[in-house]
Amino acid sequence: MSAWISPFRLRKAGILGMNERNVGYIARYNDRSAYPLVDDKLKTKLLAEEFDIKTPRLRQVVRQQHEIGHFSDMAVDLEGFAIKPSKGSGGKGITVVQRREGDQYVKASGALLSLEYLKRHLSNILAGLYSLGGKPDVAIVEDLVRPTALLSKLSFQGVPDIRIVVFQGYPVMAMLRLATTASDGKANLHQGAVGVGLDIGSGQALNAVQFNRPILLHPDTGLPVSEIRIDDWDTMLVMAARCYEATGLGYIGVDLVLDENEGPLLLELNARPGLAIQMANGKGLVPRLRHIEGLKRPHFTPEKRAAYARNTFGR
Amino acid sequence: MKPRSRYSFYLAIFVFIAGGIALAVTRHVQLGIPWLAGEQQPVWMVEARIDFEAVGDEVLVSLNVPENPPGFRILSQQAASPGYGFSLIEDSGDLRAEWSIREANGPQTLYFNVQLTPADSRDQTSSKAPEPEDVFWEEPEATAVAEVLERAAAKSASPESMTRELIKLMQASDPDQNIALLLNSEPYVSLLQRMLSQADIPARIADGLKLEDARRLQPLRPFLQIHNGERWLTFHPETGLQGLPDDVLLWRQDAASLLDVVGGEDSQISFSMLQQTVPALELATREGGQNGLGLLSLYELPIEEQGMFRMMLLLPLGALVVAFMRIIIGVRTSGTFMPVLIAVAFVQTSLLPGLVAFLSVVTVGLLMRGYLSSLNLLLVSRISALIILVIAITTGFSIIGYQMGFNTGMTVTFFPMVILAWTIERMSILWEEDGPREVMIQGFGSLFVAILAYLLMDAPLARHLTFNFPELHLVTFGLILLMGQYTGYKLSELRRFRPVRDFS
Repeated sequence: MSAWISPFRLRKAGILGMNERNVGYIARYNDRSAYPLVDDKLKTKLLAEEFDIKTPRLRQVVRQQHEIGHFSDMAVDLEGFAIKPSKGSGGKGITVVQRREGDQYVKASGALLSLEYLKRHLSNILAGLYSLGGKPDVAIVEDLVRPTALLSKLSFQGVPDIRIVVFQGYPVMAMLRLATTASDGKANLHQGAVGVGLDIGSGQALNAVQFNRPILLHPDTGLPVSEIRIDDWDTMLVMAARCYEATGLGYIGVDLVLDENEGPLLLELNARPGLAIQMANGKGLVPRLRHIEGLKRPHFTPEKRAAYARNTFGR
Repeated sequence: MKPRSRYSFYLAIFVFIAGGIALAVTRHVQLGIPWLAGEQQPVWMVEARIDFEAVGDEVLVSLNVPENPPGFRILSQQAASPGYGFSLIEDSGDLRAEWSIREANGPQTLYFNVQLTPADSRDQTSSKAPEPEDVFWEEPEATAVAEVLERAAAKSASPESMTRELIKLMQASDPDQNIALLLNSEPYVSLLQRMLSQADIPARIADGLKLEDARRLQPLRPFLQIHNGERWLTFHPETGLQGLPDDVLLWRQDAASLLDVVGGEDSQISFSMLQQTVPALELATREGGQNGLGLLSLYELPIEEQGMFRMMLLLPLGALVVAFMRIIIGVRTSGTFMPVLIAVAFVQTSLLPGLVAFLSVVTVGLLMRGYLSSLNLLLVSRISALIILVIAITTGFSIIGYQMGFNTGMTVTFFPMVILAWTIERMSILWEEDGPREVMIQGFGSLFVAILAYLLMDAPLARHLTFNFPELHLVTFGLILLMGQYTGYKLSELRRFRPVRDFS
């Protein structure tokens, strides 16, 4: 058992490599001028609204240093909320407040935050601490997502999200990302979150990996991950497929959450989706991407594309 | 991308790479810029000394000097002759050095120096065959010549073999009557020349100088040259061997006379010579300016700018290493080209002191950055503060190092301060967000790439080639473009995707 695999075997398994993804898909199908639409969460939100894609409700946009003062007035009415840098990447700079306890705000981990801390955080975001290249940014405050009971049971702290890779408007592969202690409540796979591959046909869990290794049980909660089945799966596929019309980007990662009250919501879009989804699914992306590229008559509505993907890539 | 544009892309890359190599080879051949750094090449200094007795009138001395001697390249020519006017005169394909003075009396000595270096080609350039001289023989020589030539012609088919046979006959250990008669009638080499002319073979006498290190008062030796219809061929008049020995310089080939002295008597010429070994690069540099291709090279720049270019021209190599390590191997680095800048600093500090300095500055910087982050500053002022801290740390290290007697302490100053500050900032954010493991991976990845880039950039061969053959960067350019098209797996992905083995 060596720690390596031959490139021929990888090729045979249809695994998409980083270089091929960059040259063959991102550079070829993603128009650079559309990047700001996905790199800026505020723009994504406004765009999604136009295309009837639901997102967590926007409460406030802080654009200037002096607007931070209004934050405390607005936050008085809110129970739980999330502060996000609009141009942040990889979940950096996101602070999630679950509830309030007197003057203090309580994070998912139970840590208490003062209003002063939140204001400083907002000021950091404006200064560009979390944005690519340190450019000045704006902060957005939106409603807290309350995941459905099934999902919140499975995830340690953070909100479990569903990543669907959409190629030319067709959902080609999906996975559920569960935060763990190892990932410190974050849903990034390379930090130790659990990735659960999802069947495109049904939203049923296929298999799961953590740190690139197959697992059967969630490392923190001890619950079996193979029994997960995502509700509202059809709606989610259509939402993901519609993001193609919204952005014009041919190869994107669509991040969705399932809210207890609101149903599926769009969290963010990613123009450079990672490759770990292949590990979570136990399948390579290349055959599916080739299949879509080879379609003689593409479907024109998101519903038809989602249905086609369900039939073609479903188990 | 359409297939057609892809072909033109590969064609462009091919043109870059082939063009770069071709240009380098051309410059190597034309200018003699060596491929390797330490290559040595011999240089001959030959001095002709002319002595004569001036009779008190105006004096004009004219000496034939070599021009394009076969097997040698002339580096420089100069004359030393106090009080004389000197000029080099080209006179119908015959290069002559001329000295003149209004009035001179008593013994006079003139010197002419020429520097030569062996060249590859020892062949004469082809030229049009001249008409053989008309020769006139008295009896009984005329009959003897006819008889000897007939015997030589009987055994030969070409001008070359005719010449060889003739020399063989003339040099026989027991010459017959005819030959003995001829040998007594006039000097041997001019006899040969006249006999060959009689046989309708254009022939002439050239003067050769045998080059031996540190010899003085050497005479010129006559060599026989015949024209075979294409070019002049040289024969040794005694042995009949065709071709010019490697160590013989043909001083006079074409000219009718070697030395003419007007206004003097008892003129004599003698040669002395000396061999030197000169780095081939210096030789090429010295000649560079005279050639069209040489004008393109960097030797013409002031020395200070040359030093800057030496450094700058190494950068593409570093970029090549970074591209290779990131695209093909898949090493993660912090900041795309930070490793190249670190490598450049290493080149100036040398590896070990540079490594120690870099690691200590970054470590101390990280500790201080920890304090800064607790102050909750805005990004710009935090970076600015960090730059000042980095400068303070380097100053501290330099002073401490100097006091303790290590000059290496000073080398810290070679690191670009702003880059150091950004590195510390990035590492620190990485630490807070992704944990120390990621910091280690990216930190060591960067250092690893930096050290590789340094090793390549510091190799004497790389330094030599990048500076002396800047056109080779077209090859680097082509390679980098080519790597930009690589869509295969990275080496690191063969490890990352290892679980694919277990897929059903």
